Amino acid sequence: MNEVTVGIGGAAGDGIDKSGDTLAKSCSRSGLHAYAFNSYQSVIRGGHIWLKLRVGEEKVQTQGDHLNALIALNQDSIERHAPSVESGGAILFNADKLKVNIPIRDNVLTVPLPVSQLTKPFPPAAPVMQNTVALGALVFLLGMEFEITKEVLGDTFKHKGQGVIDQNVGVARAGYDYAKEHFVPLGYKWTFSRKRRPFLTGNEALSIGAVAAGCRFYSAYPMTPASGILTWMADHADRCGVVVKQMEDELAVANVAIGAGYAGTRAMCATSGGGFALMTEAIGMAGMIEAPVVFVEVQRGGPSTGIPTKTEQADLNQVYGASQGDFPRAIIAPTNTRDCFDSAVESFNLADKYQLPVIIITDLQLSEHPETVDPEFFPSKVPIDRGEIVSEWKATDGKFKRYQFTKSGVSPRALPGTAETMYTAATDDHDETGVLISDVFCNSAVRRKVAEKRMKKMDLVLRDLPAPKLEGKAGAEVTLIGWGSSEGVIREAVQQLNASGLSANNIQFKYLLPFHSKEAIELLKNCKRTICVEMNSTGQFARHLRAETGHSVSAQILKYDGEPFEPGDVAAQVRAIVKGEKRSLDVTEAEAREIGYHHVRVYMNEEVRPGAITKVGANGYGEPVWQVEIVNRDSGTKAGELLVGVETGSTHSWKPAN
Amino acid sequence: MATVVELPIHSFEGIVDPDWCPGCGDFGVLKAVKMGASKAGVLPKDLVVVSGIGCSSNLPGYVHSYGVHSLHGRAVAVATGIKLANTDLKVVITGGDGDGYGIGIGHFIHAMRRNLDLTYVVMDNQIYGLTTGQASPTTMKDARTKSTPYGNVEMPLSPLALALVSGATYIARGYSGEPNHLADLIAGGIQHHGFSLIDVFSPCVTYNKLNTYAYFKKRVYRLEDEKGYDTSNAKAAMEKANEWGDRIPIGVAYKSEQPTYEDSVAAFKKGPLAHQSMQIDKGVFQTLIDENM
Repeated sequence: MNEVTVGIGGAAGDGIDKSGDTLAKSCSRSGLHAYAFNSYQSVIRGGHIWLKLRVGEEKVQTQGDHLNALIALNQDSIERHAPSVESGGAILFNADKLKVNIPIRDNVLTVPLPVSQLTKPFPPAAPVMQNTVALGALVFLLGMEFEITKEVLGDTFKHKGQGVIDQNVGVARAGYDYAKEHFVPLGYKWTFSRKRRPFLTGNEALSIGAVAAGCRFYSAYPMTPASGILTWMADHADRCGVVVKQMEDELAVANVAIGAGYAGTRAMCATSGGGFALMTEAIGMAGMIEAPVVFVEVQRGGPSTGIPTKTEQADLNQVYGASQGDFPRAIIAPTNTRDCFDSAVESFNLADKYQLPVIIITDLQLSEHPETVDPEFFPSKVPIDRGEIVSEWKATDGKFKRYQFTKSGVSPRALPGTAETMYTAATDDHDETGVLISDVFCNSAVRRKVAEKRMKKMDLVLRDLPAPKLEGKAGAEVTLIGWGSSEGVIREAVQQLNASGLSANNIQFKYLLPFHSKEAIELLKNCKRTICVEMNSTGQFARHLRAETGHSVSAQILKYDGEPFEPGDVAAQVRAIVKGEKRSLDVTEAEAREIGYHHVRVYMNEEVRPGAITKVGANGYGEPVWQVEIVNRDSGTKAGELLVGVETGSTHSWKPAN
Repeated sequence: MATVVELPIHSFEGIVDPDWCPGCGDFGVLKAVKMGASKAGVLPKDLVVVSGIGCSSNLPGYVHSYGVHSLHGRAVAVATGIKLANTDLKVVITGGDGDGYGIGIGHFIHAMRRNLDLTYVVMDNQIYGLTTGQASPTTMKDARTKSTPYGNVEMPLSPLALALVSGATYIARGYSGEPNHLADLIAGGIQHHGFSLIDVFSPCVTYNKLNTYAYFKKRVYRLEDEKGYDTSNAKAAMEKANEWGDRIPIGVAYKSEQPTYEDSVAAFKKGPLAHQSMQIDKGVFQTLIDENM
């Protein structure tokens, strides 16, 4: 496939997001597909930011395994990423302040840009202009059309006035022309389909799905990485007629949404793991009073406050276990950006039809990375099924029974404001009319039937949901199993495995509760070797799968370092498993370098960086160690040596050079 | 104001009778809530009574109207959602001091700050009754309870003072021993455009042997009988809010007309959310997609 992967590295505050967005939209408006992932940190300025943008003529569903062009906005980015730029690629940087001071691969073009000279005709000078120069140069090197980039810049800065547009276009053009004058393009030949596609995140797709499905009430308390939904909803509240209510805490967020759902408005709220923990009691209430509400749990790295700006799939146990007692609810894990839209629509319909809480579980990677999606996947008219709502009731119809024991378990619902259908929705258990059976009217027979009535709805929900499917050829040597956001990376790993001669297929689970146990058992019994791939350290889904099907997966691929899976890495681990190799938890050389960076950033200064790294055996620390040289950035002279345990990862010692 | 049609109180009669202890102050409050709703001209179908958990929070089940008997401390949040979903409804929150001033105090303060059009009736018995007699946020200092056997070392909070500094726009106190007076306060709260708090002395005859009917009977006096008392004077209200001892005021302490939260949000201009079409306009939808291109 014709594709390119660009990396932009720098510090928070360097404007990487905007540059990535401009480049992505330039590609997308040409009719190419794009997928970006921004590996950022919880700081406003400083810290290492690394955005990868993969562009291709066909749909790209992950950030991939490659790096073909690097825009380095600081020295740190050159040192960390320049060595990974592949042959035939290019490294672009501001020659006024940066240099390539580290060995790079053969046949990689270095593109030093005289930024201050090129930006001088376009005052006022601003540090962020170095991005725009590099962007212009890269547009030339990649064989893209400058006119489209110009158009994107025009739209991006429209709200800032013509002066700012002219400045940005001028600077980008200067970069483009400079590259044209001094370099030859990297040789990409694109077929531009000119099909325009939205470039958007999972949070955005989910929000658009929600308003299309008639969501008119959204409540939230700010929490990364769910805040994107709050800001989207707030920005579009007036246009879409949504009341967006920021509340004082997640207890309030959940309860206010339940109140709105009870009163007849389609209501949603979102949070991440910590906030969801606070919502759990309320979720049980929604199940008990049979109020339709959509809860969204956007996972980030846990436990506790964890790593707020990093991705993980480790809240599955929490979502399954949310709230005390048995109560009906559905749990849906969208598998890609487009599916975030669909899942929102499905969730509102399930919630109304079966009068229960629906939980959508996504994660930072899915919710925050933007990608192009074909616009036809976002229809303005979606099915809206409000379920059984009584609009009129006459005294002659008899006593209205809100919790009537029916064969299906679904009872008629009446909204406040309707005459003759008054009832009290109680969190204490209750009889058909809503009268409490918790105190003076305690009754074991009524209790048994009302408990069964509630849970019967789960059978109907299950019947509404599509069963899991095997993707790829049956009878493969290896079946990869995943849930939620890992669909893209697993599909691509499967392609790589098949291409390399190891036959593979995969099953992706989206509907986690109720669970298609019967169908899953059927699928799994024909699989030769199953490998569950998930982003947590204990294999939470594999355990759930075993509980639901009795099937123990043959092996697991787990990742919990906060960075998303890459397809090549997954494929390599699969091959290692097939060969019978045992997975090592030792610190790799690359990780030793990162630990070196950590030491430098915490205890030292910007003038030094990790240099040569060697493994040494016998020493006084009871384990082999990585000897990480710390060298001066300018002179390359050794500043000292760090000893990092290969097994434990402990920084055993720091020895300054004499 | 439109003509108020007062329904007879029995229109608000629930299916079952209360299971409160004989003599409980909450009986008087229940009667006053029904009378207040009737006086305010509210129809049962348009009334939603929302409570949390506790003896007094069983109240919605005893009223013929819509109701939510929600979670401990969460009544105000649930009521907020109901009101915002359908601004045509009259939402009355009923609960105890532990529910509202203890576990739920965060929601209480923020609801007042937002000046939502809600009416909050707190049955303040200065004790946790359902759990058989532990100290609550309004239990008096030195009072002996099951959780403070050597006397309460904490200061009680002052609900009216808290409401004043938090932005409530109708602040009153009632006494369940005077249900007709209380009914007027509740009717006033329902009719008031904004957040109203009616803190009610509602004696717990089983677990609070200090703040009894006798205790209040000789202490309470009506603010409306105070010559020259001005309910728009926040400073004077603060003084009355903190008055405690031989004389304890009941009645409306403070009242002001301010825009509500609902008045200030554009989405409500088209009417209650619950009545609006679910289908998004095609043109609007297209802009949501196009802006990402």
